[in-house]
Amino acid sequence: MIEIFHNPSYNFIGRRKWAYLLSALMVLVGLISLATQGLQYDIDFTGGTLVQVRFEQSPTVSAIRAGLSRINLGDAIIQQFGDPHEYIVRIPLTHGAAAEELGKRVEAALGQEQALGKFEVRRVEFVGPQVGKELQLQAIYAVLVSLAGILLYIALRFDLKGGVAAVTAVFHDVIVCLGMLSLFHREFSLPVLAALLTIIGFSVNDTIVAYDRLRENRGKQAQKGISFADQMNVAVNQTLSRTILTSLTVFFSAAILLFFGGRTLQDFALVLFVGVITGTYSTVYVAGALVVDWTQYVEGRLRARKKGMVKAGEPRKIT
Amino acid sequence: MARNLRTRAAIVLIVLIASVWALYPPKKTINLGLDLQGGIHLVLGVETDKHVASQTDRAAEDFKAALDRRGIGVRRIAREGLQSFGVELASPQAWNDAQSVAAEFQTFERGGQDQAAGRFTMTMRDREASRLADDAVRQGLETIRNRVDQFGVAEPTITRQGTDRILIQLPGLQDPERAKALIGRTALLEFKLVDENADAQAAVQGKVPEGDELVYQRRVDKQTKEERRVPYVVQKRALLTGGELTRADVGADPNSPGNWQVAIEFTPNGTRVFGEITEQNVGRHLAIVLDGNLYSAPRINERIPGGRAVITGQFTVDDARDLAIVLRAGALPAPVKILEERTVGPSLGADSIRQGMIAIAGSAAMVFLFMVFYYRLSGLIADIALILNLLILLACMAGFGATLTLPGIAGIALTIGMAVDTNILIFERIREELRVGKTPRSAIDAGFNRALRTIIDTHLTVMVTALILYNFGTGPVKGFAVSLFVGLAASLFTAYFFTRLLFDVVYMGRRKVATVSI
Repeated sequence: MIEIFHNPSYNFIGRRKWAYLLSALMVLVGLISLATQGLQYDIDFTGGTLVQVRFEQSPTVSAIRAGLSRINLGDAIIQQFGDPHEYIVRIPLTHGAAAEELGKRVEAALGQEQALGKFEVRRVEFVGPQVGKELQLQAIYAVLVSLAGILLYIALRFDLKGGVAAVTAVFHDVIVCLGMLSLFHREFSLPVLAALLTIIGFSVNDTIVAYDRLRENRGKQAQKGISFADQMNVAVNQTLSRTILTSLTVFFSAAILLFFGGRTLQDFALVLFVGVITGTYSTVYVAGALVVDWTQYVEGRLRARKKGMVKAGEPRKIT
Repeated sequence: MARNLRTRAAIVLIVLIASVWALYPPKKTINLGLDLQGGIHLVLGVETDKHVASQTDRAAEDFKAALDRRGIGVRRIAREGLQSFGVELASPQAWNDAQSVAAEFQTFERGGQDQAAGRFTMTMRDREASRLADDAVRQGLETIRNRVDQFGVAEPTITRQGTDRILIQLPGLQDPERAKALIGRTALLEFKLVDENADAQAAVQGKVPEGDELVYQRRVDKQTKEERRVPYVVQKRALLTGGELTRADVGADPNSPGNWQVAIEFTPNGTRVFGEITEQNVGRHLAIVLDGNLYSAPRINERIPGGRAVITGQFTVDDARDLAIVLRAGALPAPVKILEERTVGPSLGADSIRQGMIAIAGSAAMVFLFMVFYYRLSGLIADIALILNLLILLACMAGFGATLTLPGIAGIALTIGMAVDTNILIFERIREELRVGKTPRSAIDAGFNRALRTIIDTHLTVMVTALILYNFGTGPVKGFAVSLFVGLAASLFTAYFFTRLLFDVVYMGRRKVATVSI
């Protein structure tokens, strides 16, 4: 039998203060980057035109720009896409009325630029202002609804504390992923949103497994004399190898997508890649640890108020 | 137990056969999204407001005609806003007569009445306005479908989206620009009399006589390719429209070599009206106006009884052919605007498929090897379950006619990683039970039973997010949600039915089992 961990008994919960610090740091860096640099939104959300061109030679950005300035689009965003033959031109909506015909005009303008050689327009996307705004709203709505759905599900299946802690953990992952996108100037597009929602589902998965185990253990014996923190630690340790293994397989899949899935899927895969890591981490250190601290806080208040009414070590109803 | 085993084996077998059957042959059964096979995806917004406004205009004209018939003089009648028009009578004495005419216009409400001044407004009821808006979208959809059919695109998708949008997907298209022009054109053909007394130059300066409008004719000089816009003043009222057409055919323009023309033929009613117009207006010019642009304004020499006419205008053969298509299919009741457009060339689609397949194969290979390495025989069982899982996933997509997109392929690659989760949960549990000293069989039993609840919980939460994604997403993202959702459902089934079955076959038979290869 090959095992990553043999009867693990790491003191995860005991070291949670350090984890809080790390999480706070990551979230802070993410938020600062989001506040200062913001997120680069794809045309799905801002509206605009995107033209993907594959050249036979590998042209320079300035040659492409020279071609585009013929139709007064010298200020368009030009990015290499995947390999050096492939480029993407993004034109914001402000370029006037006939935005939906820009694809054709870009093609004509590039054709006039001798230095560029032969090329093929492989993709043209136009998103109008109305659609962009709607998608923006729907994106926020989708994230919020899935968070609310998870909160509700865990609150019903387990308890409110668990639900809030799980959602906090997921929210933490979302902020870290968004911060990463902002930090590395990656684009927030529809596929990235899909990845984000997948991570939300995935991250809460681990949390549920840990909670499930905690509840099962509590149901088995009265667990007298064992503090809630220790109970949580035991549950996390018992599910540790499963958590790591599952994360590993998903991590493999995400890594393959990231390195072999092509440029179109790269940002999507990157979010999955980072999300799997932070999702696993946050299961233990945010979802698990928060419930412990919350429970201890509530118990402390309870004890202070009704001194003597509740004996220490008596089975408490927490989950 | 044995009978139970046989029943379960039968269920698995049925699912397997059904999946293979649904998938065969894969090239035909799996729908590829536009991002994979190339094509154009268009979302059009129907400007329903304009339809309501033009219907209000029409009602105002009818109202004026009704007043005329009763000999009631009108000083002014004009549309105000989208769905009302104001009426000012020549003399307040005719008030009661005018009111009885107004009562006949049941889709309108009277308001703003000022009897002393002989003024009132007629406002279209909201229910009528929304019915008109709905009609505009429905007719627009029908018209566009006709045009696309005549243009000749294999397997187009043309559906209504929301209240006032039309979604058009044309796979594997060669010339997207032409298709777009064909679809988006309003194609309102109107025959209007040229106002011979009006001064076109004065009209350009803004002095357009009442009841008239200014239209332009595009003339391209053959040598210099320079484009000139020639102004004409025509009567606002259309005597005849493209609605009365039965045929439109392309032919060479005999008067202008190298150019093409479209010959049209009217319905019997159109023929009669056309005959009357030409009879009553011999010597005047009849303007042929398409979408507000004047194409030609020939002089009427005599009554034209046969109901035939030609539209000329320096057309190339493609121009003429497309014009004939839109005229035959009819005009859009309201103009449309492109809200979203995504065009993918076939070469990019092929690249995406290749990369997607690499991702799936790579992801599967990694996970397969890992599972066998880590869990040995049990890992192999999980791998077989995973293959069945993929098979069911693809079969479901084929069966439901779902579309496979690039993010959908990513979803499949991801599903491979996630679906083994179920097996990992079970295996880890079995290991635990073995560690506490249980016999292999009871450990397997306990492992499966105890992991079940957790598995259901974890699957349900991700399926909830997949559902939300599906409801939210557009094309490609929807594809991702579908493959994620179906993949998870299949993983629930295979892990619990199929893995268990294999375990039972291997370990629950008659012979004594000493160890579990896990």
